Amino acid sequence: MTEPTNNPDSEQNERIPAMQALMDNPFLLLFIGVAMPTVFYIIWGIMEIVTLPVAP
Amino acid sequence: MSLFRTCPDSGFYFHKSAESLMKVNAVAAAVALLVAGVLGLGVVLTRWQEVHLLDAATFYMVLTGHGINALIFWIIFFEMAILYFASSTLLRCRLAAPKWGWFAFILMIVGAVMNNIAVFQGNSSVMMTSYAPMQAAPMFYLGLILFAVGALIGCFIFFGTLVIAKNENTYEGSVPLVTFGAVTAAVIAVFTIASGAIILVPTLLWSVGYIGHIDAEMYRVIWWGMGHSSQQINVSAHVAVWYLIAGVVFGARPMSEKVSRTAYLLYIFFLQLACAHHILVDPGISSEWKVFNTSYAMYLAVLASMIHGLTVPGAIEVAQREKGFTQGLFEWLRKAPWGNPVFSGMFISLVVFGFVGGITGVVMGTEQINLIIHNTIYVPAHFHATVAVGTTLAFMALTYLLIPVLFRRKVFMPWMAKMQPYVFGGGMTILALFMLGAGTLGVSRRHWDMDFTGALLTFEYAGIAYTMMAIGAIGGVLGVVGGAMYLLVTVGSLLFGEKLEPSAGFLQSFGKGLDASCYSSGDPGRAEAAPAVEHHGSAGFEAPGTFALALLLLVTFIVYYFINWKYLASVWQLG
Repeated sequence: MTEPTNNPDSEQNERIPAMQALMDNPFLLLFIGVAMPTVFYIIWGIMEIVTLPVAP
Repeated sequence: MSLFRTCPDSGFYFHKSAESLMKVNAVAAAVALLVAGVLGLGVVLTRWQEVHLLDAATFYMVLTGHGINALIFWIIFFEMAILYFASSTLLRCRLAAPKWGWFAFILMIVGAVMNNIAVFQGNSSVMMTSYAPMQAAPMFYLGLILFAVGALIGCFIFFGTLVIAKNENTYEGSVPLVTFGAVTAAVIAVFTIASGAIILVPTLLWSVGYIGHIDAEMYRVIWWGMGHSSQQINVSAHVAVWYLIAGVVFGARPMSEKVSRTAYLLYIFFLQLACAHHILVDPGISSEWKVFNTSYAMYLAVLASMIHGLTVPGAIEVAQREKGFTQGLFEWLRKAPWGNPVFSGMFISLVVFGFVGGITGVVMGTEQINLIIHNTIYVPAHFHATVAVGTTLAFMALTYLLIPVLFRRKVFMPWMAKMQPYVFGGGMTILALFMLGAGTLGVSRRHWDMDFTGALLTFEYAGIAYTMMAIGAIGGVLGVVGGAMYLLVTVGSLLFGEKLEPSAGFLQSFGKGLDASCYSSGDPGRAEAAPAVEHHGSAGFEAPGTFALALLLLVTFIVYYFINWKYLASVWQLG
């Protein structure tokens, strides 16, 4: 039977879950937080306006 | 060499440069709140039809100044202080590029002053939204742009400080939850400022004559990317303040770090899309865009707010029950420190934000029932519940916590501080509730005169609408009194509050560092890691009182939501 280890190195080598890795990366969060509204709100919204037919 | 001091009362670490920047930003915020409050008095005393204080031109000038000072300058100056606190102090590290922090602060001051001058000159009464083709003086837009650039620099100083903390290994594991909330606020701030730049730079060029035309619809869509997102920064920041206060006052730990962080993540993904609810009745934009942005996406952000609304009081309840307040559902709440303005301010902020601001926000974000209240006084009622009570009162509560910790003074006139959250929160809640009623009866959002005196097209409101506006205005006056009490206490504390540190003099209250002996260049040590133990699945039973409150919120929401649908059916008689 293997003894549980308290070695900090082994803790560091433990795989970090993807969600935690995402939340620990402020610059990735910054990218997502700017990209999401830019695409879904700003760009989509502008496309809606510029494709409006001009009144005769 | 970086200098740090430890607050002997709270144990918070302050980097000397960060401390000074926190102080000056907080003081600038208070000045903006003063201006906003005085102008707000003019607004409520004019919308109270029996008083009708100001003439039309002065009213629109005052309304413009009130909106910008309250919703932009007060809030964002204070949020800069929070960003520096949440990074440098909570992560126990030096602030990145403090000289840039001063540059950012000066830019923000210059921008705020320029904008106010433009407004008070009387030729920029375009209100906060400044919808094109209404045109303000170039200084109006330039002031906003300079302010935004300063705030953007502040955000990147915050991100830089996170990098320093990571590289210098000043904390274990993930950043604390409060800092994560500040990350969310800073992310939203960057989008906000970018949207502002996209629309305000061409509008400035239009106002000086280099561009001939600004499309009104384009302006509205992009401007709200700034205008509404700026209020989403507040939501993230004041929720972080709730968590901080729960931790400091009660020693409360979040019920689940994972759940709370996931809720913040939902904010980052979806909160900013809610800007679209301002465009719900605009022709030319498809229902797909409106429904996706305001419903499918916005409701996930609403879910996040509901999670925070459950986990913050839940954490307090768990902490209180551990102290022995276990009788019935609500002993933990009855025996909470209601005489401590740090707690009472925070809790009133939470309840009013959820019950009034949150529920009305969902109603406004629903395309069909939005038709009943769009562009009525219901809209400012909603954002006075979210921003004036939710954010402003949370920031006021935080101020009472920081006066001894950051400024090293005792709170001046503690009896007044004790009453202040009730006066301000109570007054603003009355204002919000009665303006919601008046808005439901169709009272317009911005029109100076409910009687439409001399207008070609008139409309006669129901008599009860006048009564509601009058009661709302009385609440508003009470709110202004509460705001004045806050300023009296805070300014009084900085000038006359008993010194907790002998060198905390006049200049130290306005940014100068304390005596050199207070600081050392030693390593402040690592910040505590986020708790490893999580509680899953049993939270409702650990905090039954909070669970009951959450059910009450749900029932209130369902009843109010269906009343609005019923009302829609009676206003728009279809079928």
